[in-house]
Amino acid sequence: MVSFRFDPVTLPASTLALRDEVRAFLAEELAAGRFTPHRNSWGTFDAEFSRRCGERGFIGMRWPQRYGGREASALDRHVVIEEMLAAGAPVGAHWIADRQSGNNILANGSEAARASILPRIAAGECYFAIGMSEPDSGSDLASVGMRATRTDGGWRLNGTKIWTSVAHRAHYLIALARTAPPGDDRRAGLTQFIVAIDAANGVTTRPIHNLYGAHEFNEVLFEDTFVPDDMIVGEIGAGWQMVTGELAFERSGPDRILSTFQLLRQLVARLAETADARSNVAVGRLVAHLVTLRQMSWSVAGMLERGASPELEASVVKDVGTAFEQEIPEIARLLVPEQASLTRGDLYGEALAQSVLSAPCFTIRGGTREILRGIIARGLGLR
Amino acid sequence: MSTVDPNNDAGGDELRDMVLDAAGRLFADRVGRELWQATEAGEFPRGDWDALVEMGLPRALRAEADGGAGLALADGLALAELAGHHALPLPLAETLVGNHLRAGLDGGVDDGVVTLAAADSRLQLRRVGNGWRVDGALDRIAWGRHAAYVIADGDADGAPQRVLLAADDLDWRHDASLAGEPRDSARLADAPVLAAADCPVHTPTVQHWGALLRALQAAGAMRRALALATDYANERRQFGRPIARFQAVQQQLAAMAGEVATAGTAAEAAARAIAADRDAALMIAIGKARVGEAAGRSAAIAHQVLAAMGFTQEHELQYFTRRLWSWRDEFGAEPHWQAIIGEHAIAAGGDGLWPLVSGL
Ligand SMILES: Cc1cc2nc3c(=O)[nH]c(=O)nc-3n(C[C@H](O)[C@H](O)[C@H](O)COP(=O)(O)OP(=O)(O)OC[C@H]3O[C@@H](n4cnc5c(N)ncnc54)[C@H](O)[C@@H]3O)c2cc1C
Repeated sequence: MVSFRFDPVTLPASTLALRDEVRAFLAEELAAGRFTPHRNSWGTFDAEFSRRCGERGFIGMRWPQRYGGREASALDRHVVIEEMLAAGAPVGAHWIADRQSGNNILANGSEAARASILPRIAAGECYFAIGMSEPDSGSDLASVGMRATRTDGGWRLNGTKIWTSVAHRAHYLIALARTAPPGDDRRAGLTQFIVAIDAANGVTTRPIHNLYGAHEFNEVLFEDTFVPDDMIVGEIGAGWQMVTGELAFERSGPDRILSTFQLLRQLVARLAETADARSNVAVGRLVAHLVTLRQMSWSVAGMLERGASPELEASVVKDVGTAFEQEIPEIARLLVPEQASLTRGDLYGEALAQSVLSAPCFTIRGGTREILRGIIARGLGLR
Repeated sequence: MSTVDPNNDAGGDELRDMVLDAAGRLFADRVGRELWQATEAGEFPRGDWDALVEMGLPRALRAEADGGAGLALADGLALAELAGHHALPLPLAETLVGNHLRAGLDGGVDDGVVTLAAADSRLQLRRVGNGWRVDGALDRIAWGRHAAYVIADGDADGAPQRVLLAADDLDWRHDASLAGEPRDSARLADAPVLAAADCPVHTPTVQHWGALLRALQAAGAMRRALALATDYANERRQFGRPIARFQAVQQQLAAMAGEVATAGTAAEAAARAIAADRDAALMIAIGKARVGEAAGRSAAIAHQVLAAMGFTQEHELQYFTRRLWSWRDEFGAEPHWQAIIGEHAIAAGGDGLWPLVSGL
């Protein structure tokens, strides 16, 4: 049996210094009134903010300097994104490119793609979306039906992607498509393509409003969309391994722990005068969860830094972390006798409303709870 | 997390591995149904205790000059996790830490059992001549009747104290934990004190040490319960296949694995904090609160997977789960520690919350 180990990491002085640097940057941004800290942090698109992050070198941090990075450690990157999320900073524009697309291109992309795209991502000017899900392919991602057919100098894509977050504002998406019919191994014959989101090239983006009326995700249609050979990511037919590798980055970060941290913060502030035994116990419980989850998430960053592939550990962190994120609004509403409201204008009510309304998606996006538990069960030797 | 690792020298690692390997083999050899049943029947298995003593485990944290192994604190505490993983029915964890604390009390060490007094046993100390006398009650003390010494939290006119008492002469009223381990009580009236030392506020009390041990032991026992449940799921067949093939079973065990991993992380973080002497009291509160919650959930899932077989005296799962149910309550159940953490967090305020959390 595998037992999951989350070895502690020791933060070097340079990482702690970087934390101070990010805090100073965020304090400046806040003081200048450039963001309000009670919004859904990585769901908030703010290109100006992303550009300022790019100027400070907070995007694509681990990449080589020639691609705009600073060759920072996984721990350095972790401290930056953790501070951004804890502050409720609007990191949504560059989030996907920084977290996964850029890493994927660096590891598997052509030199042309790296040279033309990565420096712009690092500058906070170029944004990505994830083109995995389709109307008939959610959890069963290997069943994707988007077709890619060979043509002169590249490929032509036809099909539909759905739930594509920020596609209406991103420059590119990475689409998972079939380059060969499914054989005995359904996971073979899939390939990833970098596709410019360009109406002139047959890419149409249609909004899908979410349950609280916000336009965050989309349906994206592809009609004979041309992708040149140098925008293929990795080997033809090897897309599946890349998708699963990418998910280790997608699953373990502080974004799977801190989605409702702004509410916890407002709750603690709100309880300053009214705290009693019951609220102390309830808040103490949440803080105990948070501190422990944070250790686990940092531990996964340490594994990434050592070059390990902590797919299982990342799944554990996301499973336990997203359950924690969902619990915060459920507990807050029992402690403060004040109803949630997006419009009343107070920070607590808004954070509660935002958290209640977005909570269902925490255990869906990036792989559902059931799929994650299936991965963990495989790690336990049960399947 | 942002602390310097106190045990990063290679020599220390080697010593730790040696001691833990040897202890693991000894526990595997000796701990089983026979030993569990004997201790539950009220017997103190002298031969097994002597084997631990011979290996130097109860003194592992003491200096070599004191007959100890000179093990670093964080390494020595790993013995508590290991003892929990084997459901060792002997007071090793208590004596290990008891001997460590004795170094700061009377400085003595011998082969007797040392135990720790739980929360509600705060004692009143009075000065008499050069020494102290003590009044109060010792409530549900682990292995009390077999102990040579008790270390307890005391109070001398509002000044918190740590006290060392002789346990032999006490009139112990016998009781037992849910796992059938001795949990005995005694009254102290004008009783002698072997040694006392100031225990400044914000430093770990005896209750903190006890809570840390129970968190580590429970993390170890949960790790074993998960192994028992996954093995059983792969062996037990229903509807023509191993029950591990059923998704309902897989999902439950995956959830349990998350709890077990979280508990291990929380308990070890508390052990590192006390070893590094950094935020120890708060990290132990967090560790005990988080492990306590995980203990109940993990035990429930393991029992669901083992069904009727796990509900028997015959199957060994119950030796682990009954300990989990006891340990989560001892030295303060979840609400006790959660209230302390919550007070801390609320005092830090909304803007202070992240600096507090990220500084741990
Ligand atoms: C806010 C949000 C943003 C998103 N952004 C993106 C994006 O940018 N790009 C992108 O590609 N996708 C995105 N997604 C889609 C997301 O990846 C999918 O929703 C997810 O993979 C689940 O697919 P589905 O919704 O089709 O559910 P389904 O797969 O239809 O599942 C429905 C239910 O059945 C369960 N289920 C399915 N299969 C199994 C199984 N084998 N065993 C047990 N239970 C099972 C699921 O756990 C779930 O509870 C986003 C989703 C959300 C909610």
